Formats: sequence, structure tokens, C-alpha cells
Amino acid sequence: MYATTYHRPGSVAEAATLIGANPEAKVLAGGQTLLPTMKQHLAAPSDLVDIRRIPGMAGVSAAGGVLTIGAATAHADVARNADVLRHAPALACLAAGIGDPAVRHMGTIGGSVANNDPAADYPSAVLALNATVVTNRREIAADAYFKGMFTTALEEGEIITAIRVTPPKRAGYAKFANPASRYALVGVFVAETASGVRVAVTGAGANGVFRHKGLEAALAASFTPEAVDGVKISAEGLLSDIHAAADYRAHLIGVMARRAVAAA
Amino acid sequence: MAQVSMTVNGKAVKRSVPDTTLLSEFLREHLRLTGTHVGCDTSQCGACVVHVDGRAVKSCTMLAAGADGASVVTIEGLAKDGALHPMQTAFNDNHGLQCGFCTPGMIMSGVDMVARYKAEGRELTEAAIRHELEGNICRCTGYHNIVKSIQDAAARM
Amino acid sequence: MSEGIGARVKRKEDKRFITGKGRYTDDIRMENQAYAAFVRSPHAHARVTGIDRAAAEAMEGVIAVLTGPELVADKIGNLICGWAITSKDGSGMKMGPWSALATDKVRYAGDAVAVVIAETPAAARLAAEAVAVDYAELPAVVFADRALDPGAPQVHDVAPGNLIYDWEIGDAGATDAAIAGAHHVTRMEITNNRLSPNPMEPRSAVATFDEAEDHYTLYTTSQNPHVARLVLSAFYNVAPEHKLRVIAPDVGGGFGSKIYIYPEEIVCLWASMKTKRSVKWTADRSEAFLTDAHGRDHVSTATMGFDKSGRITGFKVETIANLGAYMSLFSSCVPTYLYATLLSGQYDIANIHANVKAVYTNTVPVDAYRGAGRPEACYLIERMMETAAREMGMNPADLRRKNFITSFPHQTPVIMAYDAGDFDGNLDKALKAADVAGFPARKAEAARRGKLRGIGYSCYIEACGIAPSAAVGSLGAGVGLWESAEVRVNPVGTIEVLTGSHSHGQGHETTFAQVVADRFGLPIGNVQIVHGDTDKVQFGMGTYGSRSGAVGISAIVKALDKVEAKVRKIAAHVLEAAEADLVIEGGAVKVAGTDRQMAWHEVGLAAYTAHNLPAGMEPGLKEGAFYDPVNFTFPAGAYIAEVEVDPATGVTEVVRFTAADDFGTIINPMIVEGQVHGGVAQGIGQALLEEVVYADDGQLLTGSYMDYAMPRADDVPFYTIEHNTTVCPNNPLGLKGCGEAGAIGAPPAVINAITDAIGTNDLAMPATPQRVWRAIQAARPAIAAE
Repeated sequence: MYATTYHRPGSVAEAATLIGANPEAKVLAGGQTLLPTMKQHLAAPSDLVDIRRIPGMAGVSAAGGVLTIGAATAHADVARNADVLRHAPALACLAAGIGDPAVRHMGTIGGSVANNDPAADYPSAVLALNATVVTNRREIAADAYFKGMFTTALEEGEIITAIRVTPPKRAGYAKFANPASRYALVGVFVAETASGVRVAVTGAGANGVFRHKGLEAALAASFTPEAVDGVKISAEGLLSDIHAAADYRAHLIGVMARRAVAAA
Repeated sequence: MAQVSMTVNGKAVKRSVPDTTLLSEFLREHLRLTGTHVGCDTSQCGACVVHVDGRAVKSCTMLAAGADGASVVTIEGLAKDGALHPMQTAFNDNHGLQCGFCTPGMIMSGVDMVARYKAEGRELTEAAIRHELEGNICRCTGYHNIVKSIQDAAARM
Repeated sequence: MSEGIGARVKRKEDKRFITGKGRYTDDIRMENQAYAAFVRSPHAHARVTGIDRAAAEAMEGVIAVLTGPELVADKIGNLICGWAITSKDGSGMKMGPWSALATDKVRYAGDAVAVVIAETPAAARLAAEAVAVDYAELPAVVFADRALDPGAPQVHDVAPGNLIYDWEIGDAGATDAAIAGAHHVTRMEITNNRLSPNPMEPRSAVATFDEAEDHYTLYTTSQNPHVARLVLSAFYNVAPEHKLRVIAPDVGGGFGSKIYIYPEEIVCLWASMKTKRSVKWTADRSEAFLTDAHGRDHVSTATMGFDKSGRITGFKVETIANLGAYMSLFSSCVPTYLYATLLSGQYDIANIHANVKAVYTNTVPVDAYRGAGRPEACYLIERMMETAAREMGMNPADLRRKNFITSFPHQTPVIMAYDAGDFDGNLDKALKAADVAGFPARKAEAARRGKLRGIGYSCYIEACGIAPSAAVGSLGAGVGLWESAEVRVNPVGTIEVLTGSHSHGQGHETTFAQVVADRFGLPIGNVQIVHGDTDKVQFGMGTYGSRSGAVGISAIVKALDKVEAKVRKIAAHVLEAAEADLVIEGGAVKVAGTDRQMAWHEVGLAAYTAHNLPAGMEPGLKEGAFYDPVNFTFPAGAYIAEVEVDPATGVTEVVRFTAADDFGTIINPMIVEGQVHGGVAQGIGQALLEEVVYADDGQLLTGSYMDYAMPRADDVPFYTIEHNTTVCPNNPLGLKGCGEAGAIGAPPAVINAITDAIGTNDLAMPATPQRVWRAIQAARPAIAAE
């Protein structure tokens, strides 16, 4: 990889200062996407600011019945956390299916949400659960956060510190994995939340994670797998690649939505 | 340059290395522990799996500097006082390896999964083993005897 | 004898691998070692109009930047293909020039243009990026079935129309007539998908030039170090043979891709001489995808005629084989003598004709990959048989039985003379082990879970034990395909066996030792197998084509015969007995019916002290042998796959896989089963997951494990393995070979099972979920009508 300078700040403030001082710096959360990208010379940050071991950045609290998941919490820790399993088991299930065990030991929720890879799992959960992205500067509602493939509302120097989730009444996630990468070819997260039924789709959209209004309407009327059958899912705006054409992805959205509802 | 100190296979080590040094590179080139292998560049094959602070990680996808202060165990550190770890013995007993290149990663992942399932009181079924091996690719064995080896070791561990 | 032939002995070589003490090429570090990084073409086809290396040369840590013209100036030769194929019009194959570093033109994305030698791998790579190459892009041709189109871009001037050869085998007229008069004709267009071998250890080389001795040493990931040395010296002119030592230490899998000598090894050797440094290069996986020889890539049309009773009357095949941008070392023989000669399968077919056109494209060279030609043949025949059975309303197992060859030897119309086999017996064992009788109940149960369950057969045969030298010589091979061995009994009675075979996962250190142990009644711990070093082993042809048992072990047996003859003479002399009265067992030479004996170490000591040897006998106990097989060997078997397809997604799960193989004598069943497991997994990989995909412009789209789907543990089931042994009559132990069977037999079994499940014959490999889902949609009206 290209030369870079590694930093391990002791606080979020220190991390923010480092990021602010170096316009080409990047936050290193778990590194499971960033480091391979750097190895392939597809990214060349001047500085890496490792936030993984900043005190308080990892761990889950359920204070006040709201889940607050530290940005540096590894996928494996979300997957096995008792509070997550109790309040949002679908989220635990999703976390347990990201990458592989070794990746889950390093990769973090904050890193995944900040990167907003169009095939990542977490963005679908954050969007469908109407979660709040907490940063060192503000709180961002999920609907305002995801701005398209690899693009978010995060500003320069802004660091995610936690993801806050109000437990849904019920939720489910179903993923159809790319046979090669095992990333989501299509992942559908369905949730019945205080603000209604929300359905978020990852892996399929040419602009990254998105909500599917047709599925939301149908499931709001009847939160059953059968309710999905009547929904027409358009291939417009979906990805086409060597693994799946848009029409197949559209079909899989329906299948995964049914399975996610059944799992909820 | 990054000053890196860590415990590797029970021994304290300290090196000054470029910030870009991956943990796999640190182990192979700086400590000459060449049992940890690199079989891909996209963090998928798992030949490089080692334990960092008791957890299996892909050493090709972690900076050495990021492991500063950590305790690392590699395939070379698994046997204790000349006695093979049960997972190592099981791979020999069950013909769980052919060319041997993926084997260190398989064994390190195997040890990790058995330990986790035992700690959590979950049953490590055949299906669970196969799912847990998602991040370890073998081209020789067709996985049959790797799964058998891990089943066997789980019963011994 | 618990460690002899037939014993399930645990592997001797495992200890170093399970403790992290294996020694692979990239683990080796020489004094004064520098690192190579290659500058590779981003274009599939272009003229190189200029190379500016000034910026790279000025970078920190850079020792040298070398290019093609300097390589040519140093008289380094072009890479060659070692098997001459003659077209049906009598003309020779058209071999285009392949320089290790391109001189004027690049012909595939990844073609090497220059090399940077630097103090660290990182410095080399950064400098390689700084070498500015000017390209004049040319249109590219990528696909086998487009290469012959009029007006297709020309890859090599010497091969007009991109045609390398237009070869045929069999009687065209008789075959056409047999098909014309057939009661039923089955016709299929079949593509054999292009694969990347993907041994887990990427290729690597470390070259050292010793200026004082004018001598080179090359550590490299090779399946055949002697062949590498021969080619590097005789053809590439890198160093004379006696001044070049090639060592293939522990090698992490090969599957064919490490047979060949690639540009990188040549360049490392040459660069070590130029820079007076040891030069190491290790591919990363991306580079492996870009440069390792690929496999398969056939497009075929097959026509098979049957009489009223279901007997095959004729089989006609037309194949276009994509050989990529250059002719790799053995590429030419794969779609000809390793493919079309097996088109008779296990069946008694009077009339066969095959026409094979090999073509250049702007893609990575294509050469042998596990099975090499035989999987392509098997896939064709076995999909035809299954489809024909369905079309004729016959049970697919019954149709096969009706056509099985049942008496041996059997001469096919396509060169091969099968020596032994029991095809009915193989199928019987497979049907029983797979519980085919219980399939309808399992299918019904799966249907209740919403799954489509299907069953598919494949009865494969292959030609292994490659190969009788005179025979392959007459067919154009540039080398003989014998094997050598040397058995050294030490004064203390321990034994070293030097073999020209090379183990890169096959377990030779154990099975070869078992053969020796079995012969003399010694523990395998007293036998050391030495291989992979041209300074230690005199010569060898290496390991590929499932030849290490049938050819490599046969050479060892021949050397053991000579050792035993001398041992008998020594013992008869010392024990004052007749040679005919001696028996060798339990590590001793005994006089039958008496208590007189010499322990094995006493024989060794007697040979080396030479105090009391028969008159005229030379001291010592060391014998060598070269073994040249008299025929190919013919492993065969019956495979049955059972799959469940999820109609909602098109996902296929292989739920049962049964293999009943006839490998001849089995030395170590544990290791043989391991070979089948691995081969079957690669076959399932080809059937369900793996495919090298190029874009129309020649860019490789499957350049990493993100896009090339490797079989993982949860893609495959536990396999059921059965053995049905008929002994090979043509080598001393009756061995046939087992390394490739799984990769040959599995793909058609899996595809036949899926097409059975979803009710169509029209399905291409790999049967990805998307492809299966589309096939289900296409077949829907038919399914609904049932």
C-alpha cells in the first residue's frame, strides 16, 4: 500500500483533530474494507486514525430501553450481545451473517455505516429500524444519512460514535449472498417500528441502500409473507453485474422480503 | 515508522516497522514466523488467520501497528511444550490437509470456533462448522476431512 | 503389515504443515535478496510504442528496471509449447512468439512489459506503477466462438484467422453415415466454462546467480522442477542445464497450473544475473488470476445417434478450444490427445469423429487444469447420455448399461485401448451406496419443503499414467513421459527414495514409503522420500495427469526389484543359502524353513563394508530405474449427485454425492479418498460456482475472490466414496491413478441432477442461482403442464 501515517488517538476529540488537520486522512474503524482497498492501491489516505480502542467507543447499552451501540463495536459483539438479542434480534442475526468469523471480530458497525458500501448489511438495518447515527457533532436520522453508494451525510472531520436504535415491534432480515464475495447480492430488512413499517434493501440498488415504498405499504396493511406477493418490484435503478441482472435482483427482493417477514 | 510491541506466542517482541506493515507481514518478514500464509488480497481465503487477544482475525487485514500491545498466537505457538494442540492432532488423524498451505488458517479458525461454541454452550454441528469456515478456502480437500477434523477436535478439546 | 500397501496410514509429512514449519517458496529468504514487480499491460491488445522508465529508476530502493528488448539482446528465448499438433491438412500448428517481457505487442490484459527490481516488495510495486508505457490500443478478440469470425482482430501474424490448428480424429464419413441412419439423434451445444486453477499458494520464484561459479539456483512453485530446468536451459537459454539448479520445495497445490514455466521465473533468473542479486517474486492473488494459465474453455456441438434399442451408432463432435493469447507449455495436447481420445467414454461406439479448432484470443493462456481435456470429454458424453435417455424415455442408468464396454482389452475408434475395467460393477456400487431406490421418497419429502430434488449420473473414464514415451512422441510430444527413481539403502539399513515425481499435496512422502515398507517389511519411518531438487534427483518428469502412482511408483518398484536382487545375492552369499530359498519379510532376509536370517541393517552393513560380498560384486546398495509405461491407465467410475433446487431463488444445494471409483490397486485408501474429495469439490465448483469472465474488450471481470466464486465448506456435502477395483494389468502394482477423477466425473453428475430437478436439458455451467432461476422460468410452462 501507499505510505500512510498511523495514529491511535486516545479520545474522539483527538481523533477529530487529527482528521481535521489532514484532509486526506481516513478513520480506521475495523479496517476490513479499508485495508484491502489500500492494499490494492485503490485508496491512499495520508493518515489512518484508528478509533477502535478509544475508551467508550465499543459496547452496547440499553439504557432507557434504547440500544446504543458504540461505533467500534465489532460485528461479533453485536451478534452475541444480550441486549441486542433481547431488543432487536434481527439486528443480531444480521451482524452474525456479515463476512466471516475473523472479519466479524475486527469489522465494526461504525465502519460499515460510515463506508456505506452498497453491498453491506448494516445500512439496511439502520435505515429500516429508523436508527440514529450519532457523531461527534450531531445526531443524524437514518433517512437523512444515506446519500447513495459510498456516500453519506457525514461531513469532513465528522466521526460516528454510536448507532442508536429504538427497538422495533418486530423485524427480520434476509440476505441472498453473492456466491463469490458473500456480500449481499440482495438483503432486505423489514421492521415494524413506532413510525410504521419500514423496508430497506441493500445490495441491489445502483445508489446504495434504499427504502421500498411498495413493500412498506403492503406490509403496513398486512405484515405477512403473503402480503409481499402482490407487490410489483421494479428492476429500475437496480444494479446489473456478472452475478445478477437487475430483473433477477428485483425478483430476489421479493423473495428476501417474504423470508425477512417470516423471520420477524 | 511505527514502534510496535506485542506478545507473540508468549514472547514479548518489539520492532520499528513502516506504518503500512500488515500484521501478516510483520509475522512473516520481521519475526520470520512463516507458518502464517497469505493466499489472497481481498481478505477471503483465511490462510493468514491468527489469534489476536484470543480472537481469530485475518492478519493480512490488520496493521501491525494496530496490534500494538496485543497478545498474538500463530500456528507456531499452538503446540505447548512439544505437545500438539488437539486441533493439530485431529488434522493429522483425519487427513484434514493435503498441500498444507491453507492449513494454519484452518487450524487457527478451528480452534477459535470450538472455543467460542463451547464458551457459549452452543452445539457445533456439521452445518455450523461449514458456516464458520466461510472465511477459509481450501482447494485440495473438498472440506470433507477438514470438517471431520474439527468435529474430532471439538470432542477432544 | 499395518503400514504396507492398502493401509490407511496417517501422513508423515503432516507434522511440518500443522505446526507452521512447512517451507514454501515465499518462506525462503536469500542473502542479498531483492524483489521483482512486473509492469503489466492494462489492455488486452495493444502495440507498445514506448517505455519511459526514468521516473521509476529514480525512486528510492530501485535497483533496475528491465524491459523486453534487453531480454532479447541477452538472447533469452521465447516461451514455447512442447507438443506439436498437425492440422488435418497436414500443416503444423501456428505458434506465435511469446517473449517473457513483451517487445512490440501485448496480447492479454496482464501481459508483462517490464520488471522492476527493488530493495523491498513495496518499493518494487510503487516503481512498477511509475514506469510509463505508451500503448496504441488494438481491438481485442476474447471468446472462443468469435475468434474465427471473419474480420476478428488478429492475435498473431503467424496464425491467420486466429486458427492455431484444425485437427481431427476418427472416421468422419462413417460417423456421419451412422448418425444419418440412426433411429434417434441427440444434439447439444455445450460450453465448458473457463476456470482458474487457484492453488491456495500463489506462484513464487527466488532466483540466485552465483557469479563466481557461473551458476544459477531457482526456488520455484513447480510440479516438475526437472522439466522447468530443461525448458529454461534448452529453450529459453537462461542458463545451461548443468549450471542451473531448480528446487521446488513445499508447493501449495498445483492442479496443473504449476506445470508450466512462466515468464516470471525466466525473468527472475535473468534479472538475478543482471543485478547480481537474488531476485524474489511472489504473486498476489490478483496477479494469479491475471497470469496463471486458465483451464477448459471449449465450445462444442455434439451429435449422437442411437438405434431402436438405445445402442449408440455414432458420435460426432465439433469443438472450438480457446488457448488464449499464447501457446502455453502443453496447451496444444489438451483439446486433442487428452480430450478427443476419450470421447468413447465407457461405451462401445463403433463410429466417432471429432474436429477440434484451437484458437488464439486476447486472454490469459489456457493449459491443463485438473483433468485437462478429459473433463471436457466426460462432460460432453455424460450430458449427451442423460439427455438422450430423457428424450428416448429410458432410465439413464439403463441406457448407459446398454452401451457399456464389457470385455477388455477394448480398442476404441479414437486411439485408446482400454486395458481393464468393470463399468457395470462401478455403477452397481454407486446405485446402492447412493440409495437410488430411496430417491422417489426423498424427492417427495423435498417437494413438501418446496424444494425441487433431482438426481444425476455420470460414468467417467480417463486416461492416466501419462504416458508411453514412444506413443506420445509419435503424436507430437516434445518429451518422453517416463519417470525415474533411485533407491538408496544406507549402511544402517534406512532407505532414501529419490523420485522424479513431485508432491504438492498428494502425500507421496507417505504412500511412496508404504510401497517400500511393504516390499521389505520395514517401518515407513525408516524410509525417506526425496523429491523436488534437480541437484538431488537425477531427472524426473514430475507430477500431473494422475501419473505419480502408475508411472512414478512403478519406477520405484523397478528400482526396488534391482535392490532386492542384490540383497538376495548378498544374503545368499553370507548365509550360504540358495537365493531361491530366501524370503524377505519383517525387515529381514530369512532362509525359509530355518532360523538363519540377516536383519535388514546387517544386509546394508554387509553391502557397504564389502568385507564379504560375492566375488565380483560392487560394494554399496543403491539402484536407479527409469520406467516407461506401455499404455495409459484407465481409471473409471460412476458418480451420482443428488441436488435440491430452491425454485424461488434458483439456489442449488448438492445434498448427496456418491462416487464409486475403480483406481486399480489402492496403496493408502485415506489419501485416495482425499484426492476424490478434492476433485469432486473442484467439479462441483465448476458445475455451480466457478467461471472466468472477460468483458468484450478483454478486461478480466473475475480478478479476485470477490467475483470468482470458489467452493467453500458450505457449498459441498460430505461425500460417499466406494471403491471397485480391477487391477491395471500394465504396471507392476496394478495402479491406475486417482488425482483427477473427481474433477472429471462430478460436473456432469451435478448438472444432470439439476436438469432432472427443474425439468429442462438446457442449462449451462456454472449453474449459478441466476442461471437456474432463469431456466426454471423458461421451463415453467412445461412444468405446469405436467
